[in-house]
Amino acid sequence: MNLSLRTGLLGLAGVMMLITLYMAFLWVPNEATMGAVQRIMYFHVPIAIIGFVAAGAVFVASIAYLIRPSEKWDAIAYASAEVGVLFISLMLLTGTLWGKATWGIWWDWSPRLTTSLIMWFLYVAYLMLRAYAPKGVRGARYAAVLGIFAMIDVPLVYMSTTWWRDVHPQLLVGPAAPEGALDPTMRTALLFAMLTFLVLYIALTVERYYLRRAEEETERMQLSYEGR
Amino acid sequence: MKAYLSAIFTILWKDFLLEVRTKEVVTPILVFVFLVIITFNFAFEPTPALLAVVSAGTLWVSFTFAGVLGLNRTFAMEKEKGGLDGLLLTPVSRDALYFGKLLSAFFFMLAIEFVMLPVFGILFNLPLFLPSLWLLTVLTTLGFAAVGTVFSAMAVNMRAREVLLPVLFFPIVLPVIIAAVESTSAIFAGAGAGRAEDWSEFARWLQLTAAFDAVFLVVSAALFQFVVQE
Amino acid sequence: MVTPTHDGTGAAAIEARGLTKAFHTQSVLRGLDFTLPWGACLSLFGANGSGKTTLVRTLATLTRHDSGTLRIASLDPARQATEVRQTIGVLTHQTFLYDHLTGLENLHFYGRMYGVPAMDTRIVELARALDFERYMSRRVHTLSHGMQKRIGLARALLHRPRLLLLDEPETGLDQHAIGILERLLKDHCAQGGSVFLTTHNVEKGLTMADHVAILVDGRIAYYQPRALVTPADFRSLYIRVAGVPV
Repeated sequence: MNLSLRTGLLGLAGVMMLITLYMAFLWVPNEATMGAVQRIMYFHVPIAIIGFVAAGAVFVASIAYLIRPSEKWDAIAYASAEVGVLFISLMLLTGTLWGKATWGIWWDWSPRLTTSLIMWFLYVAYLMLRAYAPKGVRGARYAAVLGIFAMIDVPLVYMSTTWWRDVHPQLLVGPAAPEGALDPTMRTALLFAMLTFLVLYIALTVERYYLRRAEEETERMQLSYEGR
Repeated sequence: MKAYLSAIFTILWKDFLLEVRTKEVVTPILVFVFLVIITFNFAFEPTPALLAVVSAGTLWVSFTFAGVLGLNRTFAMEKEKGGLDGLLLTPVSRDALYFGKLLSAFFFMLAIEFVMLPVFGILFNLPLFLPSLWLLTVLTTLGFAAVGTVFSAMAVNMRAREVLLPVLFFPIVLPVIIAAVESTSAIFAGAGAGRAEDWSEFARWLQLTAAFDAVFLVVSAALFQFVVQE
Repeated sequence: MVTPTHDGTGAAAIEARGLTKAFHTQSVLRGLDFTLPWGACLSLFGANGSGKTTLVRTLATLTRHDSGTLRIASLDPARQATEVRQTIGVLTHQTFLYDHLTGLENLHFYGRMYGVPAMDTRIVELARALDFERYMSRRVHTLSHGMQKRIGLARALLHRPRLLLLDEPETGLDQHAIGILERLLKDHCAQGGSVFLTTHNVEKGLTMADHVAILVDGRIAYYQPRALVTPADFRSLYIRVAGVPV
């Protein structure tokens, strides 16, 4: 991907973000029961979904790397994981803000929240592995193995926490999914925000990908310079 | 097939012999688990009412810590004198190596747990032998060791491996631990109330744990070869 | 560069064409070509960092090369790793022995892993040949380094491999053991097997081999039948080519 395309992608993400901000804060009406706080949802929901997309991308790139090892797959997995951790962190942050305002508590150990938190740990662990594993092919392979495990684990965590909640009484009802009766402007704003964060995710991952390749190239040059 | 099983058994036999000689895993970890349980006892000062809630968590946190300590040794002992290369040079399929190391980690952990379960029963005033709990322990330990063996093989080549191993694999193995804690507290609640064991209620937890074991075993066995490749 | 031709019995023990290998971003093997026929013993000389150990690990299936083709006994190590592992016997700086097991237990362990038939007879045979019978029932960590290396060599020979890969086999061995080793390698080659060994030691390397090669910077810079070089010539050549005092 050439530089002007990359700059264009970042610019597009910026413009779309401005529109999303306008839509979320000024354009859509206040939600009837929750009030202004509900506007966090225009960020929280898209960020959460894109967080899962990022995790999925790590999974796919990891499998591709093990089948056909190349620095490209490795760099895609790495870039996507780093951006993914950013998104999952933001998801937890916006979620707790909303929770405090709506439920009156920051945190609740519901299956959904627990799974999100474990997911955050999984991908933080992924980045730590990148930092502590041996450099080169072996480290990349370890990361790929963890990237596959992490994705398979997410549904398992959800399953085990749901089973547990079946036994215990449900303390609080989780955030309800957007209902059919959603106001058309709200629906549009949500969909647009989703698109915005998707473009942002792609733009950031592409940037991180090229940065990663450049880091590897620099290191190669440095080593061959020292080797002479 | 015969060579495959023979390789698995040979690794198991070798690890058992080494453990008998060096006593590096079972004995020290046994004492450690005992200490952890005692520490929890002081931390919570459990009243009979609190006991049912806290004991299951205490049990599995101690076993999880013990498991990590054991797993740190699993491949570290191969690494001394380049033994891992020695293993890798043998004309044995990589998943036979995996199952050999998995089973030795599994049996060592199980030995520790089977000694600690009655001790735990005495300290927390619970029945010394609960068949359902023992069965659950076997299943949970299998899932734990299945994932742990893969990560243990990774960790030997990393910096700060003793700390990193739990950070990497606790989140992965968490579903199994959650299931274990939940079903154990159900078992303890039943035992505390003096009820006979209710297997029908319990069966679904066993099924869930068994399903996790199956997933972890398949994924781990498939990925192990990539971990030991240089 | 002269490459020995096949001895007529079919494929060679080792055939390497354009082997490359990089660790992370550092390339260690840079297009390496050579052929080792059956029945030959090759001494590979090379300074530290020339890529000797990486080459041995690549031939031993412990490391996979990045590009080029490699055939061990006409098998592809990437696809037929198990068959290759059955064919080769490897001894590196590490003995691969477990410290807290006895020599005999170690050999039993590896014997079972390799599926060696009539294992006990084979172990006794090797213990006699390498002269460590008296030390077999002692735990390995109580033995001297040289004795451990002998048992390590027995471990490498246990499954009657046709190709031996030895990384600096003479280090740590006393005169007596080196004598045994030399005889053993000669017999091995006389019976149609091949030996690939690396060394620093010009004198020992020349006595043990019938082919000599020099590895410089991840490439074979020199490859000749042993009979064509005199020790003095080879020594000065080695210094010139490898750029190191010997």
